[in-house]
Amino acid sequence: MPHFAKPPAGSWTEQYPELGTGPVDYTDSIDPSYYEAEREAVFKKTWLNVGRVELLPKTGSYFTKELPVANTSLILVRGKDKVIRAFHNVCRHRGNKLVWNDYPQEEVKGTCRQFTCKYHAWRYDLEGQLTFVQQEEEFFDLDKNEYGLVGVRCEVWEGFIFVNLDPDAEPLTEYLGEMAKGLEGYPFHEMTEVYTYKAEIGSNWKLFIDAFAEFYHAPVLHQKQAVKEEADKLMGYGFEALHYQLFSPHSMISSWGGMAPPKDPSMVKPIERVLRSGLFGPWDRPDIEGLDTLPPGINPARHKSWGTDSFEFFPNFTLLFWAPGWYLTYHYWPTAVDKHIFEANLYFVPPKNARERLAQELAAVTFKEYALQDANTLEATQTMIAAKAVTEFPLCDQELLLRHLHKVVGDYVKENANAAAR
Amino acid sequence: MPLPAEFAALEPHLGWDLATEPERYAKRLASSMQELQDFYEVAFPLLEDAIAYCDKFPIDELPEDARTLMHLMQSLVTVSFPVEVWKQARVPDSGAAMVHLLVEPVV
Repeated sequence: MPHFAKPPAGSWTEQYPELGTGPVDYTDSIDPSYYEAEREAVFKKTWLNVGRVELLPKTGSYFTKELPVANTSLILVRGKDKVIRAFHNVCRHRGNKLVWNDYPQEEVKGTCRQFTCKYHAWRYDLEGQLTFVQQEEEFFDLDKNEYGLVGVRCEVWEGFIFVNLDPDAEPLTEYLGEMAKGLEGYPFHEMTEVYTYKAEIGSNWKLFIDAFAEFYHAPVLHQKQAVKEEADKLMGYGFEALHYQLFSPHSMISSWGGMAPPKDPSMVKPIERVLRSGLFGPWDRPDIEGLDTLPPGINPARHKSWGTDSFEFFPNFTLLFWAPGWYLTYHYWPTAVDKHIFEANLYFVPPKNARERLAQELAAVTFKEYALQDANTLEATQTMIAAKAVTEFPLCDQELLLRHLHKVVGDYVKENANAAAR
Repeated sequence: MPLPAEFAALEPHLGWDLATEPERYAKRLASSMQELQDFYEVAFPLLEDAIAYCDKFPIDELPEDARTLMHLMQSLVTVSFPVEVWKQARVPDSGAAMVHLLVEPVV
């Protein structure tokens, strides 16, 4: 019996007839040629989030972003005019990677006045202009103005830096659309205490989004994280979301999450009782402005049991808010049809004292334990999907966002193939 | 050793005076359940007092002994899951999966 009301269509899924309700073919997660098509149709055409403005605090701050899925590496840098720009990380002279330290494939960050190529000392300013050529007189009619760094579309929304490899792409805010608009005004800029995690995952990138875009798995896969009575209770309830909404190609899920603080303290671990924190974050909201009245996109059903919302920005960026006043981001960066790099960032308001610091520590430690279980399960899924003994899988109403993701990727791939044929 | 006198009971466990999560996590995986249990049993009852002691100072200006105490309490958080719930050092059903912490605020 449902604990929360379903929409008049009878189910969340049936509100979107174009998705159907039949089993979903997961060949899209094991087929190498489909992966190649995704790289072109999705990752070279859509806005990709590469981090936040706090990573580039001042003029000359930079970081590099490896994008193997799009066959490139980018430099993100704040110029003298304070504008954040993105460039392909390649020297115009003979193609050496411009910014790297000991290992060319590793991402780096820092602050500089200019970029100097390790190979022949060609120099570029922070705005990408070529400013110095070693033994310039040896070249033939070289006009330095024509050999600046190659720029990439780069725009910022609410402090999140996005790039797009397609010069003809629509502006970022149009692409992010109504879903992003509903989140504007959240106090992202106050939450600068950051924990960054990275994991190499042996699965297709879509499978990890699948894992985080439904909580149907949570009472089951993670049952050993809770004390036994609580685990049994959660399993008995199962999982139902409060609300789902598609803003195609993006989507969101809104959920309860009533353990902050829990009604019955005996249901949580002793350390959680003392530190007043856990997976859902510190139970006590930080004392900042902007959390009492949340932007309309968060907890859209305005449900009193609300606990967390996940916003899936197509293709590979998740923004997750917790009711007690902190947020996370997830990124899924494909490296092969059956591999990707998973990145997670936890953002808190900087703690004022040891008590707040330890409450955040507990939330961060707990996050990692759950992520380890999720990551391990994905490799098992990838292997068995690849065995092809079963190719179609029934998705339930609580897996609406998964059904939508696979459909949207398919649509992009088809559309790109059609455009190429025209 | 740099611990406030009232926390002398923690001195045998100063091996847990580790500033970063990768160090604390690695030590947890390298410890026996008995070792985790022993540390937990001494540290957990001192958690409230340790917080009260550290909170006498601004979090980013802790004197050396309070920093050590904070590191021990961060380690307590790291070992609490194995001791309180799993009875093993590694989270169940996580196989060979690895999640690396790359950036963290260090006390």
